[in-house]
Amino acid sequence: MRVREDKYSVLLPTYNERENLPLIVWLLVKYFNESGYNYEIIIIDDGSPDGTLEVAEQLQKIYGSNKILLRPREKKLGLGTAYIHGMKHASGNFVIIMDADLSHHPKFIPEFIEKQKEGDYDLVSGTRYRGNGGVYGWDLRRKLISRGANFLSQVLLRPGASDLTGSFRLYKKHVLESLVERCVSKGYVFQMEMIVRARQLNYTVGEVPISFVDRVYGESKLGGNEIVSFVKGLLTLFATT
Amino acid sequence: MTKLLQWLLGVSLVLTAWALVSFDLLELSLPPAYREMAWPMPLYLLVSFGCYSLATVGYRVATFNDCVDAAKELQVQIKEAKADLRKKGLKM
Repeated sequence: MRVREDKYSVLLPTYNERENLPLIVWLLVKYFNESGYNYEIIIIDDGSPDGTLEVAEQLQKIYGSNKILLRPREKKLGLGTAYIHGMKHASGNFVIIMDADLSHHPKFIPEFIEKQKEGDYDLVSGTRYRGNGGVYGWDLRRKLISRGANFLSQVLLRPGASDLTGSFRLYKKHVLESLVERCVSKGYVFQMEMIVRARQLNYTVGEVPISFVDRVYGESKLGGNEIVSFVKGLLTLFATT
Repeated sequence: MTKLLQWLLGVSLVLTAWALVSFDLLELSLPPAYREMAWPMPLYLLVSFGCYSLATVGYRVATFNDCVDAAKELQVQIKEAKADLRKKGLKM
């Protein structure tokens, strides 16, 4: 009797991550090897001008093209389409999405996998707000905005998940495929919409506390524009789901 | 039903109940104590919710976990990774 083994496809959308990409790949390889789960890493580079793709090619030579897959695109086209594009040639039955800038640590992936097996969850979401989840490198203003926005989202959407804007998640592949098709928002709101629609479709959601280490906060400011578009997106979800 | 509609439904129900009691719309001749208590309820509820929100967000900000160890561990692993990758032939 042939037992179909679980395989985990990690989707890494990248833009100007020449420095971080080798490090995140090294960590992924380390934790997957240690835990023994079968995996592949799919790098979706959106035409980075800093040579990210070239580094990705070197990594492919080092780790093998069955472990590192390259699915580059010509220019920055957005996260939803990056997931769709990346999944087209994914051979895993599970998909892991995460940031490539080292804010998400691969050490949590075995925990995601175990959590998923525990309850056969359709998706497992990393949460910064529960258990011993948390952040590093955020000042008071950032924490206030984050908690305030999350509170507002909880009140309006009652989503049954504690971290709506997080992007460190494990999905069953068919679940991610069906959700990405339906989601139309951008940015932070996109990740929120994914969870809201998942609940609508009665998918089950598990949670694992994660630590989010922000090393680039100084450069990427959370300004008025981002806040306004977040609120607009939230209200749209409120009125349409 | 969208969340917006759920909210509108909930708010309409509460306001209807409030109006019925406060203005005695069904002419039930309720004791004045009921009417006196019901009258300021919407305002009380709003203010309570406001206070609850401030307290909750304040508490959550104050207890927001700072992952100092995670940051340190990451730094150590970055060094390890760079050394190992250089050995494997990566040109950085």
